[in-house]
Amino acid sequence: MVATKQSLTSEQKSELDRILKEYDYKKSNLIAVLQKVQELYRYLPEEALTYVSVKMNLSPASVFGVATFYSQFSLNPKGKFEIKVCDGTACHVRGSMPVYNAIKKKVGLTGDKITTDCLRFSVETVSCLGACGLAPVVMINDKVYPKMTSDAMTIVLDELMKEDV
Amino acid sequence: MMNKIAVDMIKEQEKSKEYIKQMGTRVLVCAGTGCVANGSLDVVKKFEELGANVAMKEEKVTTIKTGCHGFCENGVLVMIPEKNVTYVKVKVEDVKDIVEKHLKNGEIVERLLYRDPQNGKIQQGNSDISFYAQQTRTSLDNCGHLNPEDIRESIANSTYLALDKALKELSPEDVCNIITESGLKGRGGGGFPTGRKWTFVRIAEGDKKYVICNGDEGDPGAFMDRSLMEGDPHRVIEGMALAAYAVGADEGYIYVRAEYPLAIERLRKAIADAEEYGLLGSQILGTKFNFKLHIKEGAGAFVCGEETALIASIEGERGMPRPKPPFPANKGLFDKPTLINNVETFANVPGIMLNGAEWFQSLGTEGSAGTKTFALTGEVNNTGLIEVPMGTPLRKIIFDIGGGVRNNKKFKAVQIGGPSGGCLTEEHLDLPLDYASLLKAGAMVGSGGLVVLNEDTCIVEVARFFMNFTQNESCGKCVPCREGTKNMLRILEKIVEGKAELSDLDILEELALAVKDGSLCGLGKTAPNPVLSTLKYFKDEYLAHIEGKRCPAGVCDAFKKIVIAEDLCKGCSKCARTCPVEAIEGKVKQPYKIEQNKCVKCGACLSSCPFNAIKEV
Repeated sequence: MVATKQSLTSEQKSELDRILKEYDYKKSNLIAVLQKVQELYRYLPEEALTYVSVKMNLSPASVFGVATFYSQFSLNPKGKFEIKVCDGTACHVRGSMPVYNAIKKKVGLTGDKITTDCLRFSVETVSCLGACGLAPVVMINDKVYPKMTSDAMTIVLDELMKEDV
Repeated sequence: MMNKIAVDMIKEQEKSKEYIKQMGTRVLVCAGTGCVANGSLDVVKKFEELGANVAMKEEKVTTIKTGCHGFCENGVLVMIPEKNVTYVKVKVEDVKDIVEKHLKNGEIVERLLYRDPQNGKIQQGNSDISFYAQQTRTSLDNCGHLNPEDIRESIANSTYLALDKALKELSPEDVCNIITESGLKGRGGGGFPTGRKWTFVRIAEGDKKYVICNGDEGDPGAFMDRSLMEGDPHRVIEGMALAAYAVGADEGYIYVRAEYPLAIERLRKAIADAEEYGLLGSQILGTKFNFKLHIKEGAGAFVCGEETALIASIEGERGMPRPKPPFPANKGLFDKPTLINNVETFANVPGIMLNGAEWFQSLGTEGSAGTKTFALTGEVNNTGLIEVPMGTPLRKIIFDIGGGVRNNKKFKAVQIGGPSGGCLTEEHLDLPLDYASLLKAGAMVGSGGLVVLNEDTCIVEVARFFMNFTQNESCGKCVPCREGTKNMLRILEKIVEGKAELSDLDILEELALAVKDGSLCGLGKTAPNPVLSTLKYFKDEYLAHIEGKRCPAGVCDAFKKIVIAEDLCKGCSKCARTCPVEAIEGKVKQPYKIEQNKCVKCGACLSSCPFNAIKEV
């Protein structure tokens, strides 16, 4: 599901223009541009992608092609807390899946859904965060939590929920 | 500032050594990603708060945030090299003791020293700790010993000396020849001779050439490139500058995974500092050599570790590989001749240029010169980053450096080289780890991830895990890879779910060979390796799942059974009331029973039993 289409406000357009200008409208900077856009919105709204493609003189298809190729990009809104459960080899053999399941249960996500309806939590697995010595690890926004267990994770989430009322 | 421009590195080094000297006792706190996660930044803050940066007695003390020390299992690590002391598992609360007792009164804080897990003996400094003592650190030499955000520390430790010498005394051809003689091979997985690659680019015709550093370390279970970029960025930059000089390039890119924000931050700082010192940019070290270096952030695609896909990604395209030839050496980035090497490969270059090709050869075995870093993880006591000479036997790595398997479990296998590699078993423990021996055993050095598996790991589940990874990461260009990995994954899922038939194994093997032969790039060509090598060494486990309908390691849910031990059950009925599907029946004060065909294996009853009578078998 892609978020419903809305037109950009002039303020949003000037934000995008600033990003595009910073990167010189150069095609080789497309990925960096999209990363900045995603920083702004926490996802890539369809209308922003179209705007970028027109301004960079690229076809919308090629911009969408890049946006859908890389796993960092999301076409759907992400939660305020982006929880990334590392499922690299080291974390996997040290039990990352039970931790992942515990988080989903705690924030109330079932099935393939990755973001809660209230847009507070997104829960995903990632392939490797490179902190294998401390497996299993979980990253919430930019903070890395080492040697996680289901119980430890519940405590961390309780704290977050308390802070964010 | 003009006065910073360096022209003579020997003088610069002397100046920087003076600078280090005035720091007095250096307290090195690991600020690699692992230790930061364990709270090392708070430890540093506490040291500063307690005045470790001001004069104590007559001696001055300086706290320094370093890159990864490698011994991640025991973080936060605090090293005081002047006193040959390494403190492990340091918490904020412990800082006071270190400052008051050790720094002020010279008493070593014994309780924070490392104890050998086997005999409980105290090992005081890095030269005593068995994890470090048995390594040979050359490319990781500076990692953890200096502040990666201060270029003067790197210069004091001989960085950029080799560049100075090469630019002033050697021709580009000389540099290529020294690298060829050294026998250095690509450390990213392929193992292609580095000197030959450099020569191809050097003789390629073109008005513009590029050098790319591949820091898209995507193998799950590998973090050596991250540690190098975070812990010693100037060594990587010097290696790239030497390469640029050797091949005639004046522009370069470091492609780093977006998942490594700290590496990106430190590299940016390092590049800016090197430019300020005239070690990057134009007229480097007062010569005619120019080299402009940029950083490109990846956006999460494993396939971008493949060189042609990585080039496409830098150009702003979908990161999909293309057929070779033409090789990047002739037609690479923006269609110009391009040299592309891995982070660790570049990190080896300054050492070779400084100490000579013979020195490097003397470190490894014939055909595999030098050292290799490995990320030692999984079910092993000492997880972390290590560096050993090529040809070191697995046994030494796992049992001497790694301290053996965790919790006294039995060693089962080690997965080497990530999703492109294979499994090595007990019979391979004395195999020397080098390119040729590993290839013979059906594995590869790969990027150097070593994940130790114990008797409780289900090997079929591990194969499924890797196939799930490569299937997800397949870019979709080649049909055998895109569809083949999907079907291989489906069969592996059937096996772990207990739904497979014997004939599925034949199809699995046939598919594996088809994917291997029919794919364009390294991802597809090596994706079947974990399946093929586990089939070779652990066929009985596959058969147990298929024919015996059981998982020998007791991992796969489909074969799990939850039972109540009759002798322990007091008949309290708690479990029956907890069970969400009413699968537990019985009479009060008599042993209860679980009806297996109703049970959904949710495990709710396990924690409900006050007598520990319910077990998973």
